[in-house]
Amino acid sequence: MLKNRIIPCLDVKNGRVVKGINFVDLKDAGDPVEQAKIYSDGGADEICFLDITASNENRDTIYDVVEKTSKKCFVPLTVGGGVRTVEDINKLLNCGADKVSINTAAVENSKVVVDSSKKFGSQCIVVAIDAKKNGDKWEVFTHGGRNNSGIDALEYAEQMEKNGAGELLVTSMDRDGTQVGYDIDLMSKISSKVNIPVIASGGVGNLDHLVDGIKLGKANAVLAASIFHYGKHSVKEAKDYLDSKGIPVRI
Amino acid sequence: MNVTIVDYKSGNISSVINSFKEVAKDKVTIEVTSDLNKIKSSDKVVLPGQGSFKSCVDSLNKIKGLRDTLNEFALTNKKPLLGICVGLQMFANVGYEETETKGLGWISGKVSKIDNQNGKFKLPHIGWNQINIVKDSKIFKDIENNSHMYFVHSYEFVPNDKKVISATTDYSSNIVCSVEKENIFGTQFHPEKSDRIGLKMIDNFINL
Repeated sequence: MLKNRIIPCLDVKNGRVVKGINFVDLKDAGDPVEQAKIYSDGGADEICFLDITASNENRDTIYDVVEKTSKKCFVPLTVGGGVRTVEDINKLLNCGADKVSINTAAVENSKVVVDSSKKFGSQCIVVAIDAKKNGDKWEVFTHGGRNNSGIDALEYAEQMEKNGAGELLVTSMDRDGTQVGYDIDLMSKISSKVNIPVIASGGVGNLDHLVDGIKLGKANAVLAASIFHYGKHSVKEAKDYLDSKGIPVRI
Repeated sequence: MNVTIVDYKSGNISSVINSFKEVAKDKVTIEVTSDLNKIKSSDKVVLPGQGSFKSCVDSLNKIKGLRDTLNEFALTNKKPLLGICVGLQMFANVGYEETETKGLGWISGKVSKIDNQNGKFKLPHIGWNQINIVKDSKIFKDIENNSHMYFVHSYEFVPNDKKVISATTDYSSNIVCSVEKENIFGTQFHPEKSDRIGLKMIDNFINL
């Protein structure tokens, strides 16, 4: 039976982890490679890096991080943030990323998704959708949540599947950082709409939220950042909890 | 001993390279090349593959003499070869992804789309699934039945002779996820992304 995945996400800026696990035995708390290794050793099903480097001159730092991580972690590695072109994707894959997530570029130029999924295969193309509720629908935001594209998130999800996305990483802008739980309504609507796997993101504050994301939100995988930071919960604890709630996970 | 990972521009193979180098340490030389002479002289060959069946076969055919060299390595000289993902699928006579495409024809059978039962099962089949070992295979030495491996695919290999199947996984139906025919091995899952158990399997192949 296919298991539901737990994916810890690390925000990386200028090659350093912004918020990370604060373990006493950690030599360098800001080192993304070391943090990723802790997650993979702890049973993470995948690792996600979100590059939030703002300035262009430091953008290359992520390549070095990916290259070093992929030599130490032998679970899938997804990298997103600032991915604009097919060449950006090519470079990340060559450095050892297994999947690349595309956000703004997919909205602005859907050809990037079409071309990259043809070139590298759908299996490594994740389209990240940042959605915010407006009335009775959700709209897709770009540029790290700053710009409203006005595009309907459900229609967009369907279109991205057609364009060749292998997975959708759906983040609720309303919930992100709030720790009150995923936007279940959004997750379940998108998950029912498409035939590709959906990764739920944004709003996790406790382990029950992970359970809800899968059971109610119908997500195939759950991504979380802050509950794994500062050692609040380990990936192992999260998996044991999901298992105790009858959710199939890899233990 | 040296193990060659065939680099035929079949997509992203850096994870395969990293995992083999991690397992090999200094004991075994890992070559990454499409050089025919190097492939011929190697002890073992790994045939990775990402993207579509058609794109992989096309890339393989683009390198002059590669097909013959692989045939000689696997069929005439009967040296150990491991196909991963589409690398395994190419063992078949024919694949139906994009359009009907001839495979290597080493193991009689076809590659067709997984039956998603009218949308009941999402495709690609992405994530960790358990393998049901149905035949003693040397690459599963010290690997427990029902171990988790990492999958990502929408097409499955359906061999005609079921005796070549060494493991299956349950997704919509019993999908063939590992085959062994004499010196030819293949896995639909990605051992290079399957954590410690995957690395163990790679170690088993290197130590054949």
